[in-house]
Amino acid sequence: MSPASDPAPQGFAMPRPGGQPPAGAEPTAGGEPAGGAPVAGQPAPLPPDAKVDLAAQEQAQRISALLDRLDAEFVGLAPVKDRVREIAALLLVDRLRGQFGLTSSRPSLHMCFTGSPGTGKTTVATHMGELLRELGYLRKGQLVSVTRDDLVGQYVGHTAPKTKEVLKRAMGGVLLIDEAYYLYRPENERDYGQESIEILLQIMEAHREDLVVILAGYADRMDTFFRSNPGMASRIAHHIDFPDFSLAELLQIADLMLEREQYRLSPAAREAFAEYVALRMRQPRFANARSIRNAIDRLRLRQARRLVTGGGLIARGDLMEISAEDVRASRVFAAGQGEPDTA
Amino acid sequence: MRITQGTFSYLPDLTDGEIAAQVGYAIEQGWAVAVEFTDDPHPRNVLWEMWGLPMFGIADPAAAMHEVTQCRATYPDHYIRVTAYDARLGRQTTALSFIVNRPASEPGFRLDRQETGDRRIRYSLHPYAADQPPGQRYGRSSGDLPNGSRGSS
Repeated sequence: MSPASDPAPQGFAMPRPGGQPPAGAEPTAGGEPAGGAPVAGQPAPLPPDAKVDLAAQEQAQRISALLDRLDAEFVGLAPVKDRVREIAALLLVDRLRGQFGLTSSRPSLHMCFTGSPGTGKTTVATHMGELLRELGYLRKGQLVSVTRDDLVGQYVGHTAPKTKEVLKRAMGGVLLIDEAYYLYRPENERDYGQESIEILLQIMEAHREDLVVILAGYADRMDTFFRSNPGMASRIAHHIDFPDFSLAELLQIADLMLEREQYRLSPAAREAFAEYVALRMRQPRFANARSIRNAIDRLRLRQARRLVTGGGLIARGDLMEISAEDVRASRVFAAGQGEPDTA
Repeated sequence: MRITQGTFSYLPDLTDGEIAAQVGYAIEQGWAVAVEFTDDPHPRNVLWEMWGLPMFGIADPAAAMHEVTQCRATYPDHYIRVTAYDARLGRQTTALSFIVNRPASEPGFRLDRQETGDRRIRYSLHPYAADQPPGQRYGRSSGDLPNGSRGSS
């Protein structure tokens, strides 16, 4: 047993580390003997007339570094950046309020991303978890990306456990429901999607501080979805619309993509590519950044074919450079009069 | 008599924050957390009823705490424990198990003495609570439970 120098043990109860010996108190009714003291790391509230220097806050500096990185990584997307900036500011202000002993409840951060194809909805959502963790809102920030078939079961009684399972995996992080409108199928009244939506709503409400749900999808179908599920629309605080990219933004995106793939456009090719994008934007089924990615993939194909058929000696620069003729070979230029290019 | 089974059972009851911290540790180790309940306190009763399936692949203790809260609401007067299963090859066993809920009053055990042949004596442990049928132990009948019935987890 313990040495005699220890405080007298209370029956079989072991003393808690850090806790003062319960002075003759019964061991079970202790409640939280050690928790009675002020919470560690949380100093007494500041006096009401004190002032806090915002710039000196270590968190403020971290947030501004984070927002700078966001600006660099994502082209355009002003509404999204604005919203992230607001959330960051709110979390910072909440912390300051806490220092003065003011109450601050955690805001609900469920979001809905709508926008045309290829405007970066899914990409932003995948970064959101990490972002919110760095802002100190989420504990883990992992992303669980699901679609209808991950949530909705195949037979009676299958849906609820399946949905709950997914929600539990997402706790502490972000649950991204891509193409969320498929959850609800109005044409089939026995569809299990409705059950899944109900559980989703329940958990979104009860575990606001453990989980951020992001719905992503095309604007018009999302509207129909919200009209038939008003509860869902009202529980989502942030409806963010992703605007279409402008020509300059698309070119900037192309530059980023090429840089990542370690390619470069020759000056003539750059000019041709700008013309190409301008033409492509006017054609049907233009999908913003996704079309740009596809175009770059096709440029790489044409460059490879040109290099292979050309033969001879090839330098490192040749492998990287995309020439104007690679761009001009696109059907988009020929289609000025005739058939439109696909994708 | 206070039942002492599993880890931490000689400590005062853990608070929810402490339970969440322990679950967080289990998740960090890659163990699958599960919630189990019973109203048979016999020490040899090791297979408790499962509250849902073990939670593989959760990242945050909030998920397990959600299940613990649900289980407590349904069975406020049962023993509830959290177990963490280590699935690694070579271990494949329960790595951590501790009680997170217990009945308000625990009547304890009686020692039954049985005389057998040749005046030999056998002893067995009998929980007073087990005199009542399952679901009606610990002073509260299953009819009082919020969902009215028992065993539908």
